[in-house]
Amino acid sequence: MSNKTVLEAQKISKYFHDPATIKILNEVSFTLQASEFVSVIGKSGCGKSTLLYILSTMDTDYEGEVIIDGMTMRGKMEEELARVRNEKIGFVFQFHYLLNEFNVLQNVMLPGLKLGKYSEQEIEHRAYEKLSILGIKEEALKLPNQLSGGQKQRVAIARALINDPLLIMGDEPTGNLDKKNSEIVFHIFEELAQVYKQTLLIVTHDNEFADRTSRIIEMEDGRIKKM
Amino acid sequence: MKYRLIFRIAYSLLLARWKQTLVAAIGVTFSITMFITLLSFMSGLNDLLDGLILNRTPHVRLYKEIQVSKKQPIDYVNTSEQGHNFIKSIKPKKDRIDIYNSEQIIQSLKKDTRVLGVAPKITAQVFFNVGAIDLTGSINGIDPEEENRLFKFSDYVTRGNFMDLKNVPNSIILGKGLANNMMVNIGDVVKVTTSKGEQFSLKVVGYFQSGLQDLDKVQSYASIKTTQKLLNQSENYITDIQVKLKDILWAPPTAKEYQDVYQIDAIDIQKANSQFETGSSVRSLISYAVGITLLIVAGFGIYNILNMLIYEKMDSIAILKAVGFSGRDVNLVFITIALSIGIFGGSLGLLGGFGLSSLIDQIPFNTESLPTIKTYPINYNPRFYMIGGIFSIITTYLAGYFPAKKASTIDPVVIIRGK
Repeated sequence: MSNKTVLEAQKISKYFHDPATIKILNEVSFTLQASEFVSVIGKSGCGKSTLLYILSTMDTDYEGEVIIDGMTMRGKMEEELARVRNEKIGFVFQFHYLLNEFNVLQNVMLPGLKLGKYSEQEIEHRAYEKLSILGIKEEALKLPNQLSGGQKQRVAIARALINDPLLIMGDEPTGNLDKKNSEIVFHIFEELAQVYKQTLLIVTHDNEFADRTSRIIEMEDGRIKKM
Repeated sequence: MKYRLIFRIAYSLLLARWKQTLVAAIGVTFSITMFITLLSFMSGLNDLLDGLILNRTPHVRLYKEIQVSKKQPIDYVNTSEQGHNFIKSIKPKKDRIDIYNSEQIIQSLKKDTRVLGVAPKITAQVFFNVGAIDLTGSINGIDPEEENRLFKFSDYVTRGNFMDLKNVPNSIILGKGLANNMMVNIGDVVKVTTSKGEQFSLKVVGYFQSGLQDLDKVQSYASIKTTQKLLNQSENYITDIQVKLKDILWAPPTAKEYQDVYQIDAIDIQKANSQFETGSSVRSLISYAVGITLLIVAGFGIYNILNMLIYEKMDSIAILKAVGFSGRDVNLVFITIALSIGIFGGSLGLLGGFGLSSLIDQIPFNTESLPTIKTYPINYNPRFYMIGGIFSIITTYLAGYFPAKKASTIDPVVIIRGK
């Protein structure tokens, strides 16, 4: 494993103000090295999803520092943060969140087109590549609502991979799937970590899932209980 | 590349809800169509009404007013600076009413580059003798060719040929009302008595109808020569010089200038017909107000539809933001949607407006007082199309701006967490 630090959280605190002020995260600090496959577990309401949104730069209302690839995220403009999300982070949600107006291939290509690093033909080629890694190349020209739940989630993973991100974040990516599909998705993550040395940070409440990752961060009441 | 992507996303979102999009576009189309039609029709009507007077009125009229001398004999005698001369009951002295040196003035006017044309005119008060009755009337001595070129004389000559005034000696064109009262037909001879008591016979070669009934009951036209003969005057006898300028707006300063240069009375068209200016400007103000109201209503329609679209597409916006699209990109997507609706609906509206106004242009419109008008008047001014086009884009842009701004500031976390 290389020692490169991909993500660093320094004393992250977060408050919810509605209806009353609650400290949902309390000085959470940890680092994530390249090629690590880390899972974050904890009970519902312990702040693990909130932490993930802060780390993904989508939530900017927090105290402390988030450092991605050596750059602090504090004080960055909304447009710069969008660029970071586009280039360095791939996100997989609990719900698949595909755009129903576009077919599978276009959904996967969209972040690539936004980044604009490659030509459109190249992005299309890469999208096919990712889809075939995930075993859904045949579904490329279907619309998302013609796919099964497991297939949709795999499309979402392909989309997260399109820009070769530094880090893939998942917010309960198997939460909505049955046992069989969960297994498939987990194997994909495992393969990404082992074969492609992809760094992964997955929030889950599925302890079975977490046990098979390389590192577990356990949270309780807004703090890290065990690393 | 970047904008192409934005367009592609906007296009997909538009097509995903194409029925709604169509309704919004139809709203714009309808309002632009009505805007163009309304303005074309109103301004056509305005031009028609203005033309009734303005086309036939010289921009500057040079004439000689009968008035008292500005300097009375006493002023030549008592020249002292102190005190005033009080004179009571001054009357104008007998003076010639024709323009002195008219030939030279006309020649000099024709050389002026601002002048489109000059037409001399003589007005003579006469009585038309019908049996034992005398009808009062006036004869305008004109140069038929120039009168037609500058003031569209032929438009008002409803029967007969206006050139006969020149070709047939001692001929006259009577007002329709006057001819009816006298019960004469073309080819008949009417007897006129001048104010000096001399009798004349004139051959009727045509009728004219000005659209103003009162005018048609007293006016008639003859050639300058005939009128001079009638009044027993020399060939230099001219009472009015009518000047048409290249631009109607030059009339007031030009009139003032001629007054000084030629030592003669001059009146400009704006002063002579100020009530028409007011009327037409108020009418066009009203039609613009109604037209713009239509566009604003359509704008609110687009605003509503885009607002709804954004609520429906909340998830899509969150996804786009999560995968790295910035607020600005999302903003551009929705602005693009709004502008596409505006441009598409607007262009159709311009075509529709042109179609509808051409259709109105075909509807027969015959009225006794307006002999030259056969169909409803339409003004195809490109300015209306420009205003309509620009306004449709501006309103749709504004209608899209606020929903787009809202979409760009939506926090993706709020939506994703809300699931």
